[in-house]
Amino acid sequence: MNKEPMFHMSKRESITLGKRIMIYVAAILLALIVCAAVIVGLVHMNPLGVYKAIFDGALGSSRRIWITIRDTLVLLCIAVGLAPAFKMRFWNIGAEGQVLIGGVVSAACMIYLSDKVPNVVLILLMLAGSAIGGLIWGLIPTFFKAHWNTNETLFTLMMNYVAMQVVTFCICFWENPKGSNSVGIINQATQAGWLPSVAGNAYFWNVVIVTILTVAMFIYLKYSKQGYEVAVVGESDSTARYAGINVSKVMLRTMAISGAICGIAGFILVSGSAHTISTSTANGRGFTAIIVAWMAKFNTFIMILIAFGLVFMEKGATQIASQYGLNENASSIMLGIILFFLLGAEFFINYKIERNRK
Amino acid sequence: MKRTKLLAVLMTTAIAATGAVCAADAEGIAAENLKVGAIYIGDENEGYTAAHMAGIDEMMETFGLEESQVIEKTLIGEDETCYDAAADLADQGCQIIFGTSFGHETYLIQAAGEFPDVQFCHATGYQAASSGLDNMHNYFDNIYEARYVSGVVAGMKLNEMIENGDITEEQARIGYVGAYPYAEVISGFTSFYLGAKSQCPSVTMEVKYTNSWASFDLEKECAEALIADGCVLIGQHADTTGAPTAAQAAGVPCVGYNVDMIETAPDSALTSSSNNWGVYYTYAVQCMIDGTEIEKDWTAGLKDGAVLITPLNEKAVAEGTQEVVDEVESQIEDGSLHVFDTATWTVDGKTLDTYEKNGIEYISDGYFHESEYGSAPAFDIIIDGIDSIVE
Repeated sequence: MNKEPMFHMSKRESITLGKRIMIYVAAILLALIVCAAVIVGLVHMNPLGVYKAIFDGALGSSRRIWITIRDTLVLLCIAVGLAPAFKMRFWNIGAEGQVLIGGVVSAACMIYLSDKVPNVVLILLMLAGSAIGGLIWGLIPTFFKAHWNTNETLFTLMMNYVAMQVVTFCICFWENPKGSNSVGIINQATQAGWLPSVAGNAYFWNVVIVTILTVAMFIYLKYSKQGYEVAVVGESDSTARYAGINVSKVMLRTMAISGAICGIAGFILVSGSAHTISTSTANGRGFTAIIVAWMAKFNTFIMILIAFGLVFMEKGATQIASQYGLNENASSIMLGIILFFLLGAEFFINYKIERNRK
Repeated sequence: MKRTKLLAVLMTTAIAATGAVCAADAEGIAAENLKVGAIYIGDENEGYTAAHMAGIDEMMETFGLEESQVIEKTLIGEDETCYDAAADLADQGCQIIFGTSFGHETYLIQAAGEFPDVQFCHATGYQAASSGLDNMHNYFDNIYEARYVSGVVAGMKLNEMIENGDITEEQARIGYVGAYPYAEVISGFTSFYLGAKSQCPSVTMEVKYTNSWASFDLEKECAEALIADGCVLIGQHADTTGAPTAAQAAGVPCVGYNVDMIETAPDSALTSSSNNWGVYYTYAVQCMIDGTEIEKDWTAGLKDGAVLITPLNEKAVAEGTQEVVDEVESQIEDGSLHVFDTATWTVDGKTLDTYEKNGIEYISDGYFHESEYGSAPAFDIIIDGIDSIVE
């Protein structure tokens, strides 16, 4: 007896924006319900209280709102940097390292140049230096890929660990006191090299820089000739070659841009919020940003929403953990649940499920 | 200085007891209106933080504080998240905020500048006095006293092993799993070593660093490497059970830190040196209630119950250890024994009679005055008999 299954799935040809958003909304709702169920199961609290705690954690006070915005901006900046590389199907797993190198260059400028040049020059030097640092870190694996066809996934991943060692090495010179592995706030008294507050807001320049990058990347990918080349190389190497595109050149150029923007993200972290450097400065954001870039299908404006959503849930989950006396690991569980549903939504965007008709 | 401190504590308690609270310059806060914040580097699964949490719990019990009056933030790194946490606690109305990890200090100073009405207290740090902020304070226990006593326990164990013929006198080598090579750790392992040496004169020590405060795997590997190098006893200044786990597996005795390690290493753990942070938390919150100044640099040791060694593992320690421990403890308490007595150690074969750091002379009256000019440990000299291996 050959019984046919009730359902079958098929790949979607296309999907309307409305339907896509609906699937995401459904995924987020489901994630929230499961999260609340887990929390209620653990601490027997009113589920509405759980949602209120999530909201409070992310947006409960003006300070929390700005911290959420600040962290969203950094995540967004890295995702914007990754977008062209992934659109080219170049698996840049090395954002974490590119961010760290950008950060370490910024910190070096703050430490060694703060009393030698005016503050504006210092900040511009930090910005340029971090971009160049990230660019070099991105170009090394690309050079090997372009010339000897090495595997960029492994190469960029390994470069992360090299970057961490570079940071550890630098900390040996900068730590205070010697041997403590703690650099502490750099230029705490003079605030040299810190992105200055504007009208009392410490994160004004973070917003400006990331907004410019986000808009510019959108235009670059969508409307420029180079952006088109990136898309063609991403579709197929052979097609690109047939069309007369110099694939190696496009690859190097695109990764230079990608690495530089990730380096700038490191600058924003060090100059615009942390004011220190440690191996955990990037704190896994380089990897989380990959999810952001992919889920947004490289549309930088959708990235804003996804980055905000992730940071929002992260802050909310942390608040739940502290409010209900749960271990921080509880917030990791919740983030896991949310990512599960969001990534699961991808399946329903790419495939449709249909009932088999008799 | 320590005596005046004790006097101050006694006086505040006496004043509070008689109910005649009348501070000259500041109003106290009634216990039921208090809100306390705490910032931890780890969580309850990590010994150092667990000890601080236990101290906070003790303080809450003493003053009958409700759960809702104490906000604890766990797993806060030594970066801007520490400032965020401190500012957020202040926003939530905490009048006193404790930070526990060394690297939290600059971030707490930043927050202290921004919230002058909130008291910030930082464990293990050294910058409160120089920060110029009235509301910034440092505190640390004289853990070197407890480490010395735990060293005595280790030294007696080594003697027993020599007597039993398990090792020769020259083979009496301690392996020490350190976190980072700076004063706090150096002061700790030196006091431990001097305690052991007071019992077993031939002992030497090898120190390796994990460059992390709390990493089970690194500490375990580090202890294994030390045992492979020929160390016959393991000590630690790192916050997990990694080292005792390795010691138990190798059948090597060990001395832990923060928490009792007998459960982890039933045959190997001798004892652990430990802090009772409750003494400080109770003191600091009492100051808030009385409206008195919190000391800029607070320390207390064995005498005040702020440091201790955990109960001896009768199964593992040498015979007669308890009696010697009691004697040494009373000698430290009455001041007849100084842990860093210059007669007991040398540097390049010479006895030190002067050691100046940041314009302060630390050696006088024949001993190094640890933690008397600031609460954070200052002893950062590598003495003869100890190999500090920085990789």
